[in-house]
Amino acid sequence: MLDAAVLIPLFPLAGFATLLVFGRRLGDPLAGWVATAAMGGAFISACVTFAGLLEVEGHDRHDVQTLFTWIHTGPLDVDASLLVDPLSITMALFVTGVGALIHLYSVGYMHGDPRYSKFFVYLNLFAFSMLILVLGSNMLVSFLGWEGVGACSYLLISFWFERKTAATAGKKAFVTNRIGDVGFLLAMFLVFQTVGSLDFADLNEASLAAGTATAIALLLFLGACGKSAQLPLYVWLPDAMEGPTPVSALIHAATMVTAGVYLMARTAPVLAQAPDAATVVAVVGALTALVAATIACAQNDIKKVLAYSTISQLGFMFLAVGSGAYVAAIFHMVTHAFFKALLFLGAGSVIHGLHHEQDMKRMGGLRKFMPVTAATFIVGWLAIAGIPPFAGFWSKDDILLAAFHKSPVLWAIGIVAALLTAYYMTRQVILVFFGDERWRNAPHGDHVEDAEEAQHAADEIARGAQEPHESPWVMTAPLVVLAALAAIGGGLNLPFGHQFEVLHNFLHPVFGEALVDNDSSGVLILTLAVLAVAGAVGGLLAARGSWWTSADRPSLEPRILQRAYAADEIVDAVVVRPGRAVADAAAMVDSRAIDGAVDGVAALAQASGQRLRVAQTGYVRNYALLIAAGTAATLAWVVFRTIG
Amino acid sequence: MEPTLALAATKVDALTFVLSAVIILSGALGVVLARNPVHAALMLVQTLFGVAVAFVAQGAHFLAAVQVIVYAGAIVVLFLFVIMLLGVDSEESIEAEPLRNQRPLAVILGLIALAELLLLGRQDWATGAPSVVAPLTGPAANIEQLARVLFTRYLFAFEATSVLLVIAVVAAVSLARRASAEPDLDADIIESSAAEDAANLEAAVTERQGREPEVTEQQGREGEVAAVGVGRGLANGGEPPPPAPEAPPAPEAPAGGIEK
Amino acid sequence: MTVGVEWYLTLAAALFTIGAVGLLVRRNVLVMFMCVELMLNAVNLTFVSFARDLNDIGGQALVFFVMVVAAAEVVVGLGVIVAIFRRRAGATADDLHVLKG
Repeated sequence: MLDAAVLIPLFPLAGFATLLVFGRRLGDPLAGWVATAAMGGAFISACVTFAGLLEVEGHDRHDVQTLFTWIHTGPLDVDASLLVDPLSITMALFVTGVGALIHLYSVGYMHGDPRYSKFFVYLNLFAFSMLILVLGSNMLVSFLGWEGVGACSYLLISFWFERKTAATAGKKAFVTNRIGDVGFLLAMFLVFQTVGSLDFADLNEASLAAGTATAIALLLFLGACGKSAQLPLYVWLPDAMEGPTPVSALIHAATMVTAGVYLMARTAPVLAQAPDAATVVAVVGALTALVAATIACAQNDIKKVLAYSTISQLGFMFLAVGSGAYVAAIFHMVTHAFFKALLFLGAGSVIHGLHHEQDMKRMGGLRKFMPVTAATFIVGWLAIAGIPPFAGFWSKDDILLAAFHKSPVLWAIGIVAALLTAYYMTRQVILVFFGDERWRNAPHGDHVEDAEEAQHAADEIARGAQEPHESPWVMTAPLVVLAALAAIGGGLNLPFGHQFEVLHNFLHPVFGEALVDNDSSGVLILTLAVLAVAGAVGGLLAARGSWWTSADRPSLEPRILQRAYAADEIVDAVVVRPGRAVADAAAMVDSRAIDGAVDGVAALAQASGQRLRVAQTGYVRNYALLIAAGTAATLAWVVFRTIG
Repeated sequence: MEPTLALAATKVDALTFVLSAVIILSGALGVVLARNPVHAALMLVQTLFGVAVAFVAQGAHFLAAVQVIVYAGAIVVLFLFVIMLLGVDSEESIEAEPLRNQRPLAVILGLIALAELLLLGRQDWATGAPSVVAPLTGPAANIEQLARVLFTRYLFAFEATSVLLVIAVVAAVSLARRASAEPDLDADIIESSAAEDAANLEAAVTERQGREPEVTEQQGREGEVAAVGVGRGLANGGEPPPPAPEAPPAPEAPAGGIEK
Repeated sequence: MTVGVEWYLTLAAALFTIGAVGLLVRRNVLVMFMCVELMLNAVNLTFVSFARDLNDIGGQALVFFVMVVAAAEVVVGLGVIVAIFRRRAGATADDLHVLKG
């Protein structure tokens, strides 16, 4: 049954190939069903493989399946092989599961789009790349997937490339990712140089010098920062909201952005040998969580809030990684996939229902009109805020516990970030689903995503049906499923004793000694949990108190937060302008110096030719004189040779 | 007795040398400095005679005879023929020198070369191996020695030079030929195409006009003056230029066939 | 004193130089040709001197050939001169400057 592992990436690859050739012909909605079926097949394959893995004893759950020899030159030996172990199968399960739900959702969401089938081509290609990433048994295969998801992210963010902002956002995401990729590449070079092999197994078993381990860990973390949007490479994620909402849900919430966390978890033993690097990771993660949370408090776009929230939650995951609590990080990754995908899809449902209105200040009171969306969104909200017994509480608590053991300061930052999380999410829920129905007065959303939708909206206005409507079942069914998962997902790893820590037991053999197992007393755990809940409830109440009555509170939305600390402007001034100046200088060097040199040579040839022409008088006697001069010179030379 | 005879012989040698040197050098200077080319030719004869005397003093009797007969007797006469024929006997202005610095440079370079030659002449150039080819002095006369070598060892070169002479004669004849040696084609064309219509005639004329530059070059004329125009004038022999072609060019076959 | 070979060599060198300078200085084509003859004669004189000095007939044989070739050269050269003078009478060496670059 473990052999089914190769089918996991193969299904979406087959879907990609089929849709690439027949997509246009299959059309709307058949192409979408084909893609969803492919993802379904991948999920079933993952379940089968998972069952196969469970049959094996705990410590032997480590199966490498080689498909073919890829590179075999000199000392470099890289096979195209898949690694099936608890970590990779966990990733594969939720990637394919959540991915399948989002594919289903997209069937309804993208209905009417002129490039409907192309969307699913990209989505399946993305799924394939992501699965290659998590199932790869060596760094090079994972890097293949890494680059693949980056490319698909670019393709999907700029899916509506007719809009200039979307095209720019795609470029920005790709370029920023590239900076991270340099880190990954350098880490690969260093690993090959010190360990001699790119296999994860070899890397994790090698004992490295502290300096080397620190270097490798930090370089990998640089790659993770780019892919998982940590400080300072996070600037692409808010802009990535230009893409269709399913893309934001799948790529920028549940899967691609978790690739960085996965990479750090996969190379946990390396990080364990570099405690300084681990501290850096934890600090960066905590700061990112805090900064992103503050920015989210002042955003008006429904998707931007969720984008900054994603950055913040990823910061939590890295905080866990840096503290050595890999299981907590993976746990939070899984629960985050559930509730963040749920929140994004719910937001998409709201946008769809309001005919592409994305400004929360123009929403309000929608729970009457979109009950399913509202109910599921509320479940997601409670989960992310960390209210027990929903999933987010358990996973966030694990992280905060680990952070506390690492450093109380980090724990304090985490608590503040959690508080802010509860605050801004409550603000969002209130502004969207409760309060006055501000959308009645507002003019139509200028965020029209394509001509057909605009026509659809115009028709609706003409028919007088201005009221928002609930989304079709293809869109609400995934919401319900995800809401259920967000509600009970906490059961994966309850801290009530050994047999309840299912995920911990499952993943423990993968990390081995790298996993920091803090022996915490029950009192400490309880205290920290109570404090966390208090913080969450506090944030919730603060938001309710401020936003319940009025949607207009400029004092709570300072300009600096709205402009996200002017990060984009700073990058522009510090990096882009000097970069462009350098490029201009290089262009000038090229045109003046290099072209000048080439033209100069030609000019020199011509000028010297003009000068030398003088000797060609045409008079035979002049030529004879020159011959005589040459003869005299030759004779002089001979004389000097013989006499001198 | 012997030393006196030897001394007398040496004195004769020296005197011969001095005389021949004077004759040669004065003749050479005369050639260079004479304004009238006929005078220059005569001074050349003087030089050649001087060289013949030097040849005799060196024991090259046959060559001395050949020098007088061939060089002075034939070549210089040929020079004079040409001078008289072409009327180049007008004096050129010695004073003016259109090319700048030509004269001073020429003299300076000449003197430098002479000095170098003299310097080099003092060295031991000769390997000293005597009689590599064949001894000069021998029981036979000089002419026999020379003939023996020419007809055995240098036979191939001898034959080659005879061929060279033939080639030179042929070249001279072809160079000096008059241009109007080609057949008059105009009459042929007019006669043979009497039955054909006028268009072909015009076309043939156009074809011939287009071929003018090639015909002129076959004569081997210098292209320095506008050869085409002059050639055309000379080849036509005073004929009025053909009328401007109105009809499009006719097929190649008739005109081409007649031309060749 | 004995007349050594170097006397004749000096004479030949002087004759050659005079011929060379004359070639460079004169404009009349025929006189230039005569200067070439002077140079050839100087070379002949050198060869004959060496033939006597080395007691070798080879030098005289070479002079023989030089004379033959000189004769042929004069023939062809004068033919060329005639051809030039057909076009324009009174041409000098300076009138032929088509090679001007």
